[in-house]
Amino acid sequence: MSAPLLSIQDMSHWFGGLKAVSNFTFDVPEGVIYGLIGPNGSGKTTTFNLVTGIYTPTQGKILFQGDDIVGMKPFKIVHKGIARTFQNLRIFSNLTVMDNIRVARHFTSKSGIFASFLRMPSFMRETEQVREECMDLIKLMNLEKRAYEIAKNLPYGELRRLEVARALATKPKLILLDEPAAGMNPKETEDLMKLVRRVRDEFKVTIFLIEHHMKFVTGICERVKVIDFGETIAEGKPEDVVKDVKVLEAYLGRKAVVC
Amino acid sequence: MDKIKLPKLLIAGAIFYVVIQILIHTGVLNGYFVVIINRSLIFVILAATLNLINGITGQFSLGHMGFAAVGAYTSGTITTLVYHLSPRSFTDNLIFLAAIVIGGIAAAVVGFLIGFPSLRLKGDYLAIVTLGFGEIIRTILNNIDYVGGPRGLLGIPKFSNFTVIFLFTFFTIVLLRNLVISSHGRAMLSIRENELASELVGVNTTRYKVLGFVVGAFFAGIAGGLLCHLLQIAHPTQYGFYASALILIMVYAGGMGSLTGSIIAAFSLTFLTEGLRVGIDWLRDTVGIPIGSEWTMVIYALLLIFIMLFRTEGFMGMKESSILIIEEKKV
Repeated sequence: MSAPLLSIQDMSHWFGGLKAVSNFTFDVPEGVIYGLIGPNGSGKTTTFNLVTGIYTPTQGKILFQGDDIVGMKPFKIVHKGIARTFQNLRIFSNLTVMDNIRVARHFTSKSGIFASFLRMPSFMRETEQVREECMDLIKLMNLEKRAYEIAKNLPYGELRRLEVARALATKPKLILLDEPAAGMNPKETEDLMKLVRRVRDEFKVTIFLIEHHMKFVTGICERVKVIDFGETIAEGKPEDVVKDVKVLEAYLGRKAVVC
Repeated sequence: MDKIKLPKLLIAGAIFYVVIQILIHTGVLNGYFVVIINRSLIFVILAATLNLINGITGQFSLGHMGFAAVGAYTSGTITTLVYHLSPRSFTDNLIFLAAIVIGGIAAAVVGFLIGFPSLRLKGDYLAIVTLGFGEIIRTILNNIDYVGGPRGLLGIPKFSNFTVIFLFTFFTIVLLRNLVISSHGRAMLSIRENELASELVGVNTTRYKVLGFVVGAFFAGIAGGLLCHLLQIAHPTQYGFYASALILIMVYAGGMGSLTGSIIAAFSLTFLTEGLRVGIDWLRDTVGIPIGSEWTMVIYALLLIFIMLFRTEGFMGMKESSILIIEEKKV
């Protein structure tokens, strides 16, 4: 078996006196859909913020393809191949859908600033190529009718897809989805599950997602880790994890389990 | 597709230039108007480049005139050293051009030195740093005897004329437009829209904030050079906080992030200031209403308040005139 794509080793993070993440050790193998679940405030988004470099962990290592990425700037981590979406959307709302996605291709661009000033032929070729590739992503997300609309005019569900497209445009190896099903109805959730699988298969990316909808997680994830108050309470296959007493306690309360 | 669309801006620029030249030569526009037009064009450069920093990259600079001062004093010193009189030959003009560009580069270097440490700050803090910078520049210039101190730098040869200023303004707009629609420009826009998201799609946000600042400073330096070779004097008070605030007002009145807006605002506010002066003189001298010229600024300020009340997003909002847009393939 090859080395895991992402390997987190004994990672802890304190906010002042509060231990938000406590001694996490886990591996995300290449090609899986890995779920991190837990009630509100259990440290899920903090984990994502640590992996993407927004916070630096107080202790521990984060290895991506064997390299320690702790302390790297967020944009450098993106260049290495980790992309993410946000729980409360962070769309470039005054830019068009196309431009939202194109920004994510910016760092792979070879054209220098003077080539852009003068619109040199090499710059024009690259621009057109990027535009075509981004259009393919837009089509994949069923947004082609909206491609040149200002993003803030799009409905919520489309914005969620736009964020996934934008993350994919960075050509990641690992994509972190922060509550992708938040605010979606059952039908939309169903479509999203199909989309996530399709993205994994077509782009050969590994997916690491946060959710607290149990149904979504059990329906899509191949491995899950359940956390509460920064502590790991279970890890394994989703069907085994949902039977775990500690997990039921965390979700339903101790009394409900005893009864 | 671009080959057909690109000349739109060229045609618009050419029409503007030819029309103004005809009006000048037929005597419709007297020297006074030409000065106002020249000033407006210089303000177009200043407003459009401040828009790159404030409107497009989403930072907040209050010291734009400080960069113009660096450009003005640098180029003005060079040309006064070389000449004491008006230009005579073609090479004189080349040296003038070189002096202007060196002024721009000097401003860009200062922009880098200011921007690199301070662009880690956000919003109000950056505003305070840039405000302080503008005042520091003014104070330094006030105290360097070599460039005239509080008397100002005098005897700068008159190199700027309508043609020179127009060409510089035109190329500034073309280059800025090209930058904004490039991937570098989109990186800057994304910082304005959401800095964290921008960083997390791989944009080196610090680098692009500094880049916006340096490019803005470069062109502001050029504008300063043009201004001092038009007025034949560079004086510290011309580049103080009030002047910087005036540019900022143009950016807001035109629309944050809209180059078209900056062009419109630079022209309309420059003409408005002059128009009010003329209008108040007329009211006092011809109509006989006892009104002092200090009322110019009161009315000017009131008009600005009304613009902001009724068009909060400025004349253009974030939109651009179709002249400045390059259409893309849409499939």
